[in-house]
Amino acid sequence: MSAPELQGTSFFRYLWRQLTSMRNALILLLLLGLASIPGSLFPQRTQSPLKVREYFENDPNTAKWMDRFYLFDVYGSPWFSAIYILLFISLIGCVVPRTWHYAKEALSKPSAAPGTLTQFEFHQGSDGSLDQAEAWLKKNRFRITRSEGAIAAEKGYLRETGNLIFHLALIVILLGVGASSVFGMRGEAIVTIGERFINVPTSYDNLAPGRFFDVADMPAFVVTAANFEAKYDPETRQPLDYKLTALVSESTKDQPERKIVRVNQPLTFGDSRVYLQANGFSPLVTVRDQDGNIKFEGPVPFLPQDANLTSIGAIKVPDMNPQIGFVASFFPTAARDEVRGGFSSYPDLLDPRLLVSVWQGDLKMDSGVPQSVYRIDTSEMERIGLWGLSIGESYTFGNPEVGTITLNGAVPWVNLQVVKDPGKPWALAGSIVAITSLMASLFIRQRRIFVRASNGKLEVAGLALNRLPGLEDEIKRMVSEVSR
Amino acid sequence: MTDRDWAYISNDLIYVALFAYAFAFLFYAFETAFSVRASASMDRSRTVKSNRVGTVFFLIGSTALALGVIARGVSAGRAPLGNMYEFSISGALTFALAYLLIGRKYDLRWLGLPIALLLLIILGTAVTLLYRPSAPLVPALQSIWLVIHVAAAVTSGGIFLLSNAVASTYLWLDRVERKGERSEFAKRFPSLEVLDQLSYRMVAFVFPLWTFAIIAGAIWAEAAWGRYWGWDPKETWSFITWILYAAYLHARVTAGWKGRKAAWLSLIAGSSYLFNYVYINVWGSGRHTYSGL
Repeated sequence: MSAPELQGTSFFRYLWRQLTSMRNALILLLLLGLASIPGSLFPQRTQSPLKVREYFENDPNTAKWMDRFYLFDVYGSPWFSAIYILLFISLIGCVVPRTWHYAKEALSKPSAAPGTLTQFEFHQGSDGSLDQAEAWLKKNRFRITRSEGAIAAEKGYLRETGNLIFHLALIVILLGVGASSVFGMRGEAIVTIGERFINVPTSYDNLAPGRFFDVADMPAFVVTAANFEAKYDPETRQPLDYKLTALVSESTKDQPERKIVRVNQPLTFGDSRVYLQANGFSPLVTVRDQDGNIKFEGPVPFLPQDANLTSIGAIKVPDMNPQIGFVASFFPTAARDEVRGGFSSYPDLLDPRLLVSVWQGDLKMDSGVPQSVYRIDTSEMERIGLWGLSIGESYTFGNPEVGTITLNGAVPWVNLQVVKDPGKPWALAGSIVAITSLMASLFIRQRRIFVRASNGKLEVAGLALNRLPGLEDEIKRMVSEVSR
Repeated sequence: MTDRDWAYISNDLIYVALFAYAFAFLFYAFETAFSVRASASMDRSRTVKSNRVGTVFFLIGSTALALGVIARGVSAGRAPLGNMYEFSISGALTFALAYLLIGRKYDLRWLGLPIALLLLIILGTAVTLLYRPSAPLVPALQSIWLVIHVAAAVTSGGIFLLSNAVASTYLWLDRVERKGERSEFAKRFPSLEVLDQLSYRMVAFVFPLWTFAIIAGAIWAEAAWGRYWGWDPKETWSFITWILYAAYLHARVTAGWKGRKAAWLSLIAGSSYLFNYVYINVWGSGRHTYSGL
């Protein structure tokens, strides 16, 4: 039968049959595995946007073509979605009709024993009567159909139940994952120690809401970063512990509660959680003009570039005329070599140093184009100074004098990731049910035992429906107990 | 005793295990070499003895390995599952134990030679290429889920590998049988039917554990990284392994695949696990790669 001859509903029926056939479901399953490979070999936008940008910089043409095939967004691509949506339609098509069929079967009794038993497994003779055999099977909780001179018994129905529930649970997991991405949100914010984070959209440095996420659903909470302690192994410089002490409340008016946040120990507010994801330093600086008026004062978060927290950042002073910007590096423990120039050799504040290059001109903060807070566009600026500052030091820049910058100290900051994930409990419940039912479907023996009376003796045989071992012993036990 | 002493003891024990497995390998190889050309009438007492000595060395090696893994844990003050060296020695241990355990039920002596060889390769790369001094864990790994997730993954890996060894034997014997009757040497191996079932049984047994390893990983990722699934390369490849083994189980149970086709599919699935372990850990990127493997 070829498809074009088919009309209307029969064509869809044909498609549906194709889609729900076991063979095609298997092909789709293998395709899904195959389709997820490229995402592990090429950088993905959602995980490493910087590496994707590198591809575009190194070879824009190839990158453009790769992008057309969604190779940087594999798991959100139309072709990947097509495969898993087809697979799940196929799964539903396989499972739902079978559930119905199975429900009927599960309530019914096994069909009557066949006329001859010789073609079955473990065929053997036994003493005893049919009544004794029936009593034994009943005691061992077999389902029994007694017909003229014969018994058919079956046990292990839970195997098929487990199999079906497993597949239904997979659907629940997928729905949970889907719900999270549609109704959930995730966002990040850098909070310098001593500062307060109020959970409203404008507090975030970046915010990725789901398509149907409602800002009104954002749980109300306030987190004040009271203290942050990072412990490092002095020999290997490996981090040993990050500990944030936070003051937490539902609103700014409530009495806050003191809580500890660690990497594996997030804060929970309903279906939202707050994670400690990264840390760095904010140098505390004061910038004055030539008359000594303070033009800028406070902590400025710098972005770490390596494990020792060599950090880069920008201090922008739009209030001076002309405007002043500092393109800066911060080293918690300053070191220097010929290849890298200045860098940090230890992630804690042992010998902090702030390296500033001073630029004068237009910071272009009013151009309307969103700007990075860590970088300065110096295309319309002129460099008027370069200096390294330790804590307490000041540097007077410009010739004639324009102003001074003072490094007063440095405080740590933490990157808080806030995730609202309403589908999570469903995915978890689905997983637990899936694994339990999977074990039932793999380990439960479904088997039939047939007994037939012949010449005052019994004839026994069996059928291990899923070929798990154990039926032979069971039949032997039955024979020995019935003959007794 | 200090942590450092325990670390030295662990290293010594791993070397003892390595040497013991090497001796086991030699004795198994001796037995095999003599059996290959044997006729039915040959006096087998010598090869049988050789096999027994090999098994004794295998047991010594496994004991030393078990103690070595424990000592490593004591020296680090945590479960020895923190880096690739520790995954390798723990994985080798589960692999050896699975072989001994399953060998109590099925006669698996014929598999001794390849098993000893695989153990030598795993432990050899561990002590030469992957070795890292015993050290505490970075904060992201400081969780009870480390033990649960990694132990489940490593155990699954050991049993997948064993199942693959059986499937490979199947494929080899299948080729032998297609050319004619089995040689006297090959007659010692179980029938194709038994090998086929055994390989399948191991996968069916360990597939739920592998599923659990992935779920436990997701639960941990949720607590440590703020998401339970993020298509990290390691996650992606565990998913691929899962899918391949799921396809294998379906192919067997529902589509009635057996023998050669099924054996090949299980080998492909097993290689995806190996690829995930070796390639992604060493050359890959993503959140599962912590400094120093």
